[in-house]
Amino acid sequence: MAHETDGSPFTPHAPEETAAMLEAVGVQTEDELFDIPDAVAFDDSFGIDQRTEREIREECAELFGRNDELIEFLGRGHYGHYIPSVVDDVAGRSEFLTSYTQYQPEIAQGFLQALFEYQSMFVELTGLPVVNCSSYDAAAALGEAATMATRLRGVDGDRVLVPEAMVPGRRSVLENYLAGTDVSIEAYPFADGTVDVDGLRDQVDADTLFVYLENPTVYGTIEPAVVEVCELADDHDALATLGTDPVAMGLLAEPASQGVDVVIGDAASLGLPTSHGMGLGLFATRDTFLRQVPGRLVGATTDDDGRRAYTLTLQTREQHIRRERATSNICTNQAWVGLRTAMHLTWLGADGLVDLASECVELAAELAARLDEIEGVTAPVYEAHHFREFVARTDASAKSVADALVGAGYAVHVLDDDHLQMCVTELTADAIDGLVKAFEEATA
Amino acid sequence: MIYDQARWRRTEEPVYEPLSAEKAERTVDLDDRDVPLPDELTRDEVTLPRLSEPELARHYTRLSQMTYGVDSGPYPLGSCTMKYNPKFTEDVAADPAGLIHPHRGDETTQGTLELCGRLQDYLARIGGMDAVTLQPPAGAAGEFTGIRIAANYHDHRGESHRDEVIVPDTAHGTNFASAALAGYDVIELPSGDDGRIDLSALEAATSDRTAALMLTNPNTLGLFERDIETIAATVHDAGGLLYYDGANLNALLGRARPGDMGFDIMHYNVHKTFATPHGGGGPGAGPVGVTEDLQPFLPTPHIRETGDGFETYEPAQSIGKVHGFCGNWLVLIKAFAYIARLGDPGLADTSAKAVLNANYLGSQLDMEIPHEPYHHEFVASAGDKDAAEVAKAMLDHGVHPPTTKWPDIVREALMTEPTESENRDTLDQLARAFNTVAAGDEDDFADAPRRTSARRIDQVAAARDVRLSWHDVEFE
Repeated sequence: MAHETDGSPFTPHAPEETAAMLEAVGVQTEDELFDIPDAVAFDDSFGIDQRTEREIREECAELFGRNDELIEFLGRGHYGHYIPSVVDDVAGRSEFLTSYTQYQPEIAQGFLQALFEYQSMFVELTGLPVVNCSSYDAAAALGEAATMATRLRGVDGDRVLVPEAMVPGRRSVLENYLAGTDVSIEAYPFADGTVDVDGLRDQVDADTLFVYLENPTVYGTIEPAVVEVCELADDHDALATLGTDPVAMGLLAEPASQGVDVVIGDAASLGLPTSHGMGLGLFATRDTFLRQVPGRLVGATTDDDGRRAYTLTLQTREQHIRRERATSNICTNQAWVGLRTAMHLTWLGADGLVDLASECVELAAELAARLDEIEGVTAPVYEAHHFREFVARTDASAKSVADALVGAGYAVHVLDDDHLQMCVTELTADAIDGLVKAFEEATA
Repeated sequence: MIYDQARWRRTEEPVYEPLSAEKAERTVDLDDRDVPLPDELTRDEVTLPRLSEPELARHYTRLSQMTYGVDSGPYPLGSCTMKYNPKFTEDVAADPAGLIHPHRGDETTQGTLELCGRLQDYLARIGGMDAVTLQPPAGAAGEFTGIRIAANYHDHRGESHRDEVIVPDTAHGTNFASAALAGYDVIELPSGDDGRIDLSALEAATSDRTAALMLTNPNTLGLFERDIETIAATVHDAGGLLYYDGANLNALLGRARPGDMGFDIMHYNVHKTFATPHGGGGPGAGPVGVTEDLQPFLPTPHIRETGDGFETYEPAQSIGKVHGFCGNWLVLIKAFAYIARLGDPGLADTSAKAVLNANYLGSQLDMEIPHEPYHHEFVASAGDKDAAEVAKAMLDHGVHPPTTKWPDIVREALMTEPTESENRDTLDQLARAFNTVAAGDEDDFADAPRRTSARRIDQVAAARDVRLSWHDVEFE
């Protein structure tokens, strides 16, 4: 391969500088520095054209322009809310963006403090005293919670119980996390869009290791039986794990006070826009499980001047020290997303969070009521309070209704032949009239 | 060079920048609010910091000033590839037209799917692989994905008895942890005296129980495993698969490809090799490449080109999902933009300058570097000094210290990776920092660092009296 090209725009070496460095090393060319046997050396080209910055921005804008412009009434585990400019601006400061894991705390106090504040706000919202500074997403956090359960004293069993209806993707990820264990996964039933407590009671037994539930559920219903589910789990020495959401926690009963042992969730619904599913794995638990927690933890301590300072702590749980006996394989996490989420929560404050959560309840109720007025449409299908989203039944084929809505510029979820699901937030509130009108036409 | 990091501190209280909640908090009692849910479903109250926007902006700006990043100065953290992160990729990723929900129909998201398809293709070419999944959200997640693919492959062939994964003693800790998470017994392979794989030890370790060998090449000492063809043959003859840890791929761009070396599975650390920002710990992305035989086992959904566009589908023997949705999309866009900016000439120049910079820096150090010839990184020995103390003393010199005390086979290891984005002057400053500290009296190190935002931090106390939130802290 010819290397006498224009090279990378991100290598700062002037030709004379390169020459001097080569001379200092004692070689004529960089090629001499590579100790690669000929048999495995690559002497072809990749066929990847070098483009200018401007060309790439135009290329990507052209590509994204091929995505249909749709107003998304979509949720089922991935949500966006309005993000104030101050979050983008301050989180985008390059010291935050271009730093890495805080192995040297003295030079990384700012990021450590930001993560400590992230942990603290989720201790407040969950009521649980231990929050790690992120898993990849809710699905990974769920997998981590289940594998943690297999290591806990006083928590026994070899069956994990999950709801038959849960955020798509999470069960499959959980199956991969548990594939290396003897633990099996079973679904317990739903009735009318929330947990069928009697059905669960019939399934939970001494062999149960772990019970997972969601609030709000994947259907957007607010689960009234969190306490009963946690009691059933506790009666059988199983770990009760709740999947929830940072906005919903601003209004819904505090998980710890309901008996929840682990809270997981996608906290990026604050801090990130909808990003094709990119998330932030929230993981919170009780302090009795501290030594088995996966991922990084920031703790408060002091420095040599006697001032309060922050550091990564209990690192002997982690892979770079404990290797195959670590509590998780995670290294790179979602710290910067956590920073953004913390900023967004701080910007909202307690009043803003309660207002936003209330709006999520009110908007879902409003849209459902509007749709329910349309002949041939029942919304919501489940008699419950809803958060952000709900299921609707259509006499017409759900798929054909959804296709017609796409034609009118709206995206909704198709669940089966006659059920759709819609999610509405402050970002789509102004589009409710248009969606309802398109719905009327689609079902006429 | 001397570096004084921003140090905001209260003279009247023993804190630096106060916590946001310490500045002001507000509690909302939900009984006082007209909330749209009945009492039995709601919490009693919420307490959060109360900062106006100007206060919030200043708080986090100060915290950023108390954080050292690649834009601040050199960051030669070995095996982490802390290179310059281009700015334009942030703008590309922020395009609202790309910020879509993952549950839309393929026909409405052709632009996003095509970008994914092109990135899969670029990565496959760079690694010499036949197919690539973008789903794993980090390097360790890529390892886990790869080992799950290996497990399913062996199961599919009726060889479920393979229950061991071999990992060299110099490997990244994640390799051991990922293999263990997937349920394997981890067989640690002692390195030879030259710091490379010991072929006879490998021969002894492989058997019909071997599922895979996980290997980093160049290894963490920066050495290329020259016997890679023999290594591959040994593992393959035993029926095992060869896994490539992509953490050190920056050294090989345009020079050698894992696929050509006989690797069956690999992950790419796009936050290392392809310059997406590390974000104080993440997010990264860990796409996984495989050979054609393993393509049916890739996670679902996978993306492929059809006659008239792109589509998602579930591969025939898919391992299922390794991320709730499609992975760290914003990171993947940045990696695509970076690869396009470099193209063939830029990729080859990257490895050339990364290896030149490491060798130049190494040539300027008054320290022993026991293992040569190294590529993008080297491991120097702090000799009689404690490597962790050396690192603390380096902090006052405007540089981030190297990775310390690892790998174990070098005494008081300083694993150093300057990357291609530093110029000669910066490397000279870095060398001076190393040499000044190496020539210094270790008794003086106890007082270091003196000029960072905080002084030496008591990590023992942090672990003994665990305080993980401001609820455990006395507000000033």
